[in-house]
Amino acid sequence: MIAWFLIAQIAIATAAGVLCVILGLMGRKPTDLTMGATALVWLLLLAQLVVSVLAPVFGNRATGSLLEFYVYLISAVLLPVGTGFWALIERTRWSTVILGAACLSVAIMLYRMGQIWFVQGA
Amino acid sequence: MIEVLRPRAVSRSRPRVRGIGRVLIAVYGVLALAATGRSFVQIVGKFDQAPLAYLLSALAAVVYIVATIALTQPGRIWHTVAWATISFEMLGVLVVGTLSLLDPGLFPHDTVWSMFGRGYLFIPLVIPVLGMIWLSRNPPEGPESNHTEPTHTEPTHTAPTPTAPTHGDA
Repeated sequence: MIAWFLIAQIAIATAAGVLCVILGLMGRKPTDLTMGATALVWLLLLAQLVVSVLAPVFGNRATGSLLEFYVYLISAVLLPVGTGFWALIERTRWSTVILGAACLSVAIMLYRMGQIWFVQGA
Repeated sequence: MIEVLRPRAVSRSRPRVRGIGRVLIAVYGVLALAATGRSFVQIVGKFDQAPLAYLLSALAAVVYIVATIALTQPGRIWHTVAWATISFEMLGVLVVGTLSLLDPGLFPHDTVWSMFGRGYLFIPLVIPVLGMIWLSRNPPEGPESNHTEPTHTEPTHTAPTPTAPTHGDA
């Protein structure tokens, strides 16, 4: 895990989550903007997955439980996909709120993953 | 439980209530995922450290999954299942939360319900209440109407059509 990448990712996931929740509560159905923001959060998670798999090769090892780390990461990867399909099927404003809830959950899970990687065993 | 009266005049706003129900289901889904993930890690990784707490975690996870499914399904039976599981969660978070506060030694390892769900932003404490409110406002379908496609005409002499969270809100 790379610290600056993680921080940027948490910031983007939080921003995307707040954006979707606000637009959803304003009554917007899922749009390219909110779907795109969620897709960006998902792509960054995939990047994080690649980074995390490769990092130990370069001597950047998790201090905490790898099992716990990957359960978080895989769960986080599933969230934008699940809610994204939901938003495609059900085009109401509540789907936009749900996209936001998923992005905010991802932000929290990333924070927790950072703790596991950098702090837990230290 | 007091049946919340929904006069016919309110029927205009019913889709909105239904819509909020979807958010409720989504949050339940996330909570079920979180509880399942945590109990999976605990049981695979360190089960022998605190078997009781980890079995409780697993039980909580299963109950959240069943509650999530029950909320998405129409019909009287699922409505009852949803009531049962959500009541169980409410009881669980109150009992385990109180015990973990009074005697931290009882639950040295975190469960979803320790400290009233503090590790989960207190969502486990809040969500059963919202679930109960939602269930009481959305009475179940009659057994007969389970398999009929709901029409968009307003019934004239029967009870208002159920608002169980089936598909097709938009």
